[in-house]
Amino acid sequence: MKVSYFPGCTLKNKARDLDLYARRAAEVLGVALEEIENWQCCGGVFTTANDEVATKLSSVRALKDAGEKGQPLVTVCSACHNVIKQTNHAMQTNAAFADKVNRYMGADGPYCGETEVYHYLEMLRDIVGFDKVKQAVVNSLAGKKIAAYYGCLLLRPNTVMHMDDPENPTIMEDFIRALGAEAIVYAKRNECCGGYISVECPDTARKNSEAIIRNAKAAGAEMIITACPLCKYNLVKNGADIPVVYFTELLAEALGVKEDTNGN
Amino acid sequence: METNKYLQEEIVRISGVNPRKCMRCGKCSATCPAYDEMEYHPHQFVNMVENGDIEPLLNSKSLYKCLSCFACIDRCPRSVQPAKLVEAVRLAVIRQQGANHMTANDVPAMIDEDTPQQLLVSAFRKYTK
Ligand code: SF4
Ligand code: SF4
Repeated sequence: MKVSYFPGCTLKNKARDLDLYARRAAEVLGVALEEIENWQCCGGVFTTANDEVATKLSSVRALKDAGEKGQPLVTVCSACHNVIKQTNHAMQTNAAFADKVNRYMGADGPYCGETEVYHYLEMLRDIVGFDKVKQAVVNSLAGKKIAAYYGCLLLRPNTVMHMDDPENPTIMEDFIRALGAEAIVYAKRNECCGGYISVECPDTARKNSEAIIRNAKAAGAEMIITACPLCKYNLVKNGADIPVVYFTELLAEALGVKEDTNGN
Repeated sequence: METNKYLQEEIVRISGVNPRKCMRCGKCSATCPAYDEMEYHPHQFVNMVENGDIEPLLNSKSLYKCLSCFACIDRCPRSVQPAKLVEAVRLAVIRQQGANHMTANDVPAMIDEDTPQQLLVSAFRKYTK
């Protein structure tokens, strides 16, 4: 199956691993990730004000591009996913906003939020199926105790994101179990690490991140997985003494494609 | 208390929030991970916007402490969406000429070799126009 793929700015730079392993794993699972041509940065955070148009155009362009190919749009980074999905929702539900955007975008037909947006995890669950992921595992991660860190962007606002139960999510735990490992469930898995506040108020990021790490470790975690480069940065910078890895890296490892044929 | 009717209407309009739906339960503030750092807390934003008491909010550092974690949006039992008010008030400030909260000159002091691009684009989106 072919899907449109939006990697995002950080996956081309500091979070290359998140992208690389996503691509390798998708290949094994029979999904062709077709990178959107000339995609532009989503902006990192969604501006909730409904009169903001320019900051949402890059998302609309990507959505429209996927729609024209008749493909769903797949994201990997939590932030890209949140911004693109919230923008798509605004295009579907706010006619005045959609009208402004479409006037700005020009004459090649209006876009009204028709494209389906999937986070890579949702793609695994809803398109590929966790059963099939499980069957494709060659290096079982049995015996590993892994904590999923959702953060905020994958789940909220739930009325828009619809990924899972926002207060008791299971998609990442089901993912961990599909790879053979033990999923560690802990209370703070959907609390904010501090996000971009680490430039304005590093103490807030430290306090939040430390509480998350402490909570995961107290529940028995030996590793934390995330889909967000900023969560990873905040957790690592603020004293994580267990590995914090991208979920795609774990997937590639279980599928036996973490190293390429040259051992890289 | 100074009532600023025009700004009040503008903030309500661009946020899409109806502050009158609030029942003052305080759940938004109780769940806010930036609570300790804020002078005005999410439920106070709702209350003060409802009363047209905008001036203190415009001048408060609380505008820059919100993490956009959307916890107050998801956990409010009345679907008030306080974070959208925080954002609208912040925009009322930074959309003014010369009122950016962050500039490119601030960046070198903020970054280290691991700083993800996402951190800077997000901060710029929230703090500048
Ligand atoms: S979105 Fe902002 S105001 Fe609302 S809970 Fe999060 S940090 Fe607090
Ligand atoms: S949670 Fe909602 S109803 Fe309760 S104080 Fe906050 S805005 Fe008002």
